[in-house]
Amino acid sequence: MAFLNHELHIGRINTYVDPRQPQERAIITHGHADHARWGHKKVLATPETIAVMQARYGLDCAGSFQPLNYGERLEIDDVAITLFPAGHILGSAQVLLEHKDCRIVVTGDYKRGADRTCTPFELVPCDILVTEATFGLPVFQHPDPALEINRLLESVAANKERAHLIGAYSLGKTQRVIKLLRESGYDDPIYLHGAQVKLCTLYQQLGIDLGELVPVSEATKDSLAGTITIAPPSALKDRWSRRFPDPVPAMASGWMSVKQRAKQSGVELPLVISDHCDWNELLQTVKETGAHTIWVTHGREDALVYACQRMGLAAEPLSLQGYEDEGEE
Amino acid sequence: MKAFAALFEKLVLTQSRNRKIELLADYLRTTPDPDRGYALAALTGELSFANVKAGKLKDIVLRHVDPHLFSLSYDYVGDLGETIALIWPFRDKAAELPRLSVIIENLNTLSKPELPGYIEALLSAAEPHERWALVKLATGNLRIGVSTRLAKTALAQMNGHDIQHIEEIWHGMDSPYIQLFEWLEGKIDKPAIQHAQTFHPMMLSNPVDEEKDFEKLDPAQFQSEWKWDGIRVQLVMDADNKRLYSRTGDDISNSFPDLVDAATGSAVLDGELLVGAGFEAGSFNDLQQRLNRKTALPAHLEKFPAFMRVYDMLFDGDDDIRALPLIERRARLEAWLTDNPQTRLDLSPVLDFRTWDELAALRIQGADEHGHEGVMIKHKDAPYVPGRPKGLWYKWKRDPRLVDAVLMYAQRGHGKRSSYFSDYTFGVWKGNEIVPIGKAYFGFTDEELKLLDKWVRTHTIQRFGPVCEVTKELVFEVAFDSAQASPRHKSGIALRFPRINRIRWDKPVQEADTLETMTRFVA
Repeated sequence: MAFLNHELHIGRINTYVDPRQPQERAIITHGHADHARWGHKKVLATPETIAVMQARYGLDCAGSFQPLNYGERLEIDDVAITLFPAGHILGSAQVLLEHKDCRIVVTGDYKRGADRTCTPFELVPCDILVTEATFGLPVFQHPDPALEINRLLESVAANKERAHLIGAYSLGKTQRVIKLLRESGYDDPIYLHGAQVKLCTLYQQLGIDLGELVPVSEATKDSLAGTITIAPPSALKDRWSRRFPDPVPAMASGWMSVKQRAKQSGVELPLVISDHCDWNELLQTVKETGAHTIWVTHGREDALVYACQRMGLAAEPLSLQGYEDEGEE
Repeated sequence: MKAFAALFEKLVLTQSRNRKIELLADYLRTTPDPDRGYALAALTGELSFANVKAGKLKDIVLRHVDPHLFSLSYDYVGDLGETIALIWPFRDKAAELPRLSVIIENLNTLSKPELPGYIEALLSAAEPHERWALVKLATGNLRIGVSTRLAKTALAQMNGHDIQHIEEIWHGMDSPYIQLFEWLEGKIDKPAIQHAQTFHPMMLSNPVDEEKDFEKLDPAQFQSEWKWDGIRVQLVMDADNKRLYSRTGDDISNSFPDLVDAATGSAVLDGELLVGAGFEAGSFNDLQQRLNRKTALPAHLEKFPAFMRVYDMLFDGDDDIRALPLIERRARLEAWLTDNPQTRLDLSPVLDFRTWDELAALRIQGADEHGHEGVMIKHKDAPYVPGRPKGLWYKWKRDPRLVDAVLMYAQRGHGKRSSYFSDYTFGVWKGNEIVPIGKAYFGFTDEELKLLDKWVRTHTIQRFGPVCEVTKELVFEVAFDSAQASPRHKSGIALRFPRINRIRWDKPVQEADTLETMTRFVA
């Protein structure tokens, strides 16, 4: 029945979804490094994802690129491919695969909550749902990100002599945090670690307004008191952070709801801002797609598979290796 | 409760000790009575509710959450309180969280059947990030790196008092500490407390640094005693009252009625709690049978009679002798024991030595022939100073025993190590198979932990829930204090205080030790 195997390989047209090794033909769901790898011959993806890949890995990171807009149906032999918004980051897509009467959706990474840096998730009914489960445990119930941003702004107001350093992944999370700050009325310049600049510029070129951004290398130590800087998480404990006056280490990630986890990474201000579904959104999606079979690609597969089976659905873990796990998003 | 929850979260996440003190001092200054006093009690582990236990809270949650999903979540989060806080599925936006003192009063006074409903309502009224503090508060187990010492430092900082003055009266004060705060805020004089009826903070030793300390220290200025393998206790007695306290000031009188009932006289004594008939100390294993029991079992009273080996005296009758030098306190103690003959108290003998080399020989002899843990070295002129003052008391433990064992299983740690595989089960050869002999979760550096964690992830061959079985390829040099025969373990051996001494990345697994070589360590 399934024309897609557990390696996410569509044998009929020799195409993989998010392959972890270089392949002849690949459909790429989004630009994060664990999904978009270098060296495929032919890549099919949204125009934004292609732009992200080219910005990160160079124009020649794949043999050729074929852009496919959201909602456009592409037929190859007897398989039809359509990309739908996944709401994860700019350009992120779910892949609908159709063959005869069977509809399979590979979600890639996705979220259901609002995010003004990308097109919102669109529900795609299907027979087989191939879903991620990064936050697939009932302990993960993401709060409203606006509340988290308020906590950040309260901390900034209460610690005027200190700099706030937010660890956030350079693709997606950084731009979302900036956008959330702007939505809450924060108009001051936001400072960037050098590694965040390129993709913020790309987002702005693609029409996402992020307000005034300044590379932190242009600021003096004193002038950084009371400001907000966004940096890759690894930079928080690096010597790089010594340029800030008594910094408050913060981190924007879904993992931050586990405070012991936050403490372990030296984070004083955990901001629970996630670009993945939480537990309830995963279950909601499973139900709403109407799928009778659920494959779980990566994350906390055990719990989601168990919960799906309790709902009377066929469910199994794929345990795909190579997707990033703990501490990463 | 909201302010307490915010304080709790900040204390958990703040690394700097000084900033923690500031946060706490600030909270104590700005929070009204009796809430601040209850918060202080909660932070220093003084609060507990007879009818609320972690297991009960879990039962409440399991009414609403699938048990399998709960257990997967707990394995992942690693902290029961935080798991409960995160997994709670309801939020009642209309409800308000009551103030701390009201919650504490209710948890204390509500009947068993009323409590689950009350706790459910509280959990639903709290914001998700407030629930953790609530759960920790209710189970009376905060463990967030706020020591009693840190709390006292914050109290001292509130209004610029000397911490020593706080130490002196601390154990005479009770939650919610109204008198204490009145004194700190200058409204009343320093409260007087009945010296002979409270626990007095103990004087503790530092490990001796063999390389550096002995060349500086003059053996003539020190006296030495055996380091006894029991638990440190303080016996407080006057005409009306007798109490036995653990090192942390927990009242353990009810667990050792045989000792407490038999002791007579008026004094505050410091010594080691041991079990055995005729002052012959049994193994620590024997003592363990009697520890952590609220009351003593008759069979245990018979089989493991308790006694106290006394080595210091804080009060002679009502006379506070803590400021006297050790040698004078010792003389007072010996005289007191002569005047007050005892059936369950005896004196820890002073060892005879002239040079450090002589003491070193005694230490080895004591370990080999009598299984002593080592020796204590105490300055003859030292007053009795609470805490761990430098240069006055040293402990010189016997060298640990070592065994080369093979890593077999690894499990995620708890608390801040919950994302690391940091609990290791190791074993030794028994013929052609490896049998487990123990478990250790410290002795390595943070850097080594990262390497071990990575090694475990790449060498896992099988998973049993949170436990990973690994390929039998990595050898640990495990240090331990003693080995005891234990029919409960597959290997027949239980190790005391095992820790990873070294990771032998280089050592072939065939060269690990055998069970036969282990049995020679068994006491």
